Amino acid sequence: MAPDALFEVRDLGVRFTTPRGRVSAVREVTLEVRRGECLAVVGESGSGKSQLFLGCLGLLAAGGVVEGSARFDGQELLGPDDGPRRAALGTRLAMVFQDPMNALTPHLTIGRQLAEVVLERGLLDAAAARARSLEVLQSVGMPESEERLRQYPHELSGGQRQRAAIAMALMTRPDLLVADEPTTALDVTVQAQVIDVLRKARDRGLAVVLITHDMGVVAGIADRVAVMYAGRIVETAPAGELFAAPAHPYTAALLASVPRLDTPLAGRLVGIEGQPPAPGAEPDGCAFAPRCPSVLEPCHRSRPPLESHGSRSVACHALRRPAGAGP
Amino acid sequence: MSEAANETLLRVRNLTVRFPMPRTRLVGPRPWIKAVDAVDLEIDTGCTLGLVGESGCGKSTLARAILALVVPQAGTIEWRGQPLRHDDAVGLRRMRRELQVVFQDPVGSLDPRMSIGESVAEALEALEGPQDAVATRARVNSMLAEVGLDPTIHARYPHELSGGQCQRAAIARALVGRPKLLVCDEAVSALDVSVQAQIVNLLADLRRRHGLALLFISHNLAVVRHLCDEVAVLYRGRVVERGTSAAIFAGPRHPYTRALLAAVPDPDPAAHARAAVPELRAAAAAEAVAVVGCAYQPRCPLADGLCREQVPRLEDVGDGHLAACHQARIRPAAS
Repeated sequence: MAPDALFEVRDLGVRFTTPRGRVSAVREVTLEVRRGECLAVVGESGSGKSQLFLGCLGLLAAGGVVEGSARFDGQELLGPDDGPRRAALGTRLAMVFQDPMNALTPHLTIGRQLAEVVLERGLLDAAAARARSLEVLQSVGMPESEERLRQYPHELSGGQRQRAAIAMALMTRPDLLVADEPTTALDVTVQAQVIDVLRKARDRGLAVVLITHDMGVVAGIADRVAVMYAGRIVETAPAGELFAAPAHPYTAALLASVPRLDTPLAGRLVGIEGQPPAPGAEPDGCAFAPRCPSVLEPCHRSRPPLESHGSRSVACHALRRPAGAGP
Repeated sequence: MSEAANETLLRVRNLTVRFPMPRTRLVGPRPWIKAVDAVDLEIDTGCTLGLVGESGCGKSTLARAILALVVPQAGTIEWRGQPLRHDDAVGLRRMRRELQVVFQDPVGSLDPRMSIGESVAEALEALEGPQDAVATRARVNSMLAEVGLDPTIHARYPHELSGGQCQRAAIARALVGRPKLLVCDEAVSALDVSVQAQIVNLLADLRRRHGLALLFISHNLAVVRHLCDEVAVLYRGRVVERGTSAAIFAGPRHPYTRALLAAVPDPDPAAHARAAVPELRAAAAAEAVAVVGCAYQPRCPLADGLCREQVPRLEDVGDGHLAACHQARIRPAAS
């Protein structure tokens, strides 16, 4: 573990009890978020990227069970004592979700909702809370901030609502912001602005976990990237290295399937053949093996562990072969 | 088939669709919003037209008007030279055989209580009348195979399939009557990128194999660039730029198109480090009120006096590339 780790997840698993039996959404995930960095967690739908953090924060839907450890600034969030989790959540550790309308109360003004965050926790008095609301709203680039404080959520556009939701999360000056698909419901033009807001917050020292499926968004802000497939992390790497040379075949295939504006047209897009394993299925070998272009014989038999290769970690048999031991 | 290779399938002239807005005052005329405002476009056999723009720009309303699902207030729609009339049930039925649609939500567009095979067969019978059961099954199976679905899918239900499989089934259902034009309204937007790539490739193959024309509505510019020959950019219900895909992506002339393209995040951190954040003024809710002059003028970095007075017309800015912008007419193309 790096000495500056703010958030450390160890062997985290998330299971759901469903009418069809127990389904594992997240399996044996270990990762860390350092102070002031942006970690992007990417994967396709059903890969477990959202459940991982909902599990860490104790926000799973009914029937969900989390196991393993999640430590925030040295304090265990998933221990028998719920105190540390309650103290951190919404104060030092904030979340923003995809749909900003669900984060905002329709019948209260933006100003009231922002102030409430600090007033309810007894952090500031009314005058200071008002000043903080305005300051935070300006910091997320809200046009005509003062007027917005008096408005209701329905009077704001989608992008402004998402900025108001981010402002609400930032009211307590948290150390970590977990943003789950914060730009997915937004137009590209508005998405660019929201990413810019997150980037500026990160530059001021906030650690950000960005959960997304959009590799373009990841490239715009992430310092490090964790790629998830079928509930497990298959690769983590500094963003620059990951985009320049993806190591895991799934990461490579995911990057190759993104249609791009900045490369010459190459005819067909490169999809990934086949489908991810059904939820709950636990293959003996690597979960990506049935779709993998560089599949080897051991891939179907044993699951590759996540192993460190310098600054990145990869879970792939093809990369475990010692150099010079075959093609 | 014996008709000319590039027959004009669809010709839309001056199409306008308005919706009533809630009254803001007790007296006076009811406010209306123009969802589609004097749009002209045409699609030839085998052509792919991409329709792009932000949410609320009228993309889907335009598609719905073309499919005769909303009644336009003004303008004409011609299908293969015949004017489309909303009160002409026979004409609409004939047109619907040749003009089909795929929507964004693949699961929602299939009946949950029908197997995939039944769904596709139902579409065939609705278009061509009762069929011989054996022949229907053969056609359904060959259609399923064509969209890359295994024949075992025939007996399965939508909830048993993945989003990508359901979207393939929806495409099979739309194509089983051999239409000439397929309208895809955000048909790949809800899919994961790896599946999105498969569906985009499938559409490209179907087009090549059958000369299928596509009206491809999407907010994803990179997908449009991959699939479409031509692009129309819609802003506030008006076409603000139109041209070949190559011309628009290489040299957009309307400032709105440029802003849209600049906002697309490249999956390349180096590109982000180089590019400055586009200073795009967001459309505030207050802007929903009518703007005098060019509709884009409040957000436009180039707007001058003329833009605030006159609505720019869609004009040729060179090589058949059309733009509705006073500045594009005055300023030469950027190199």
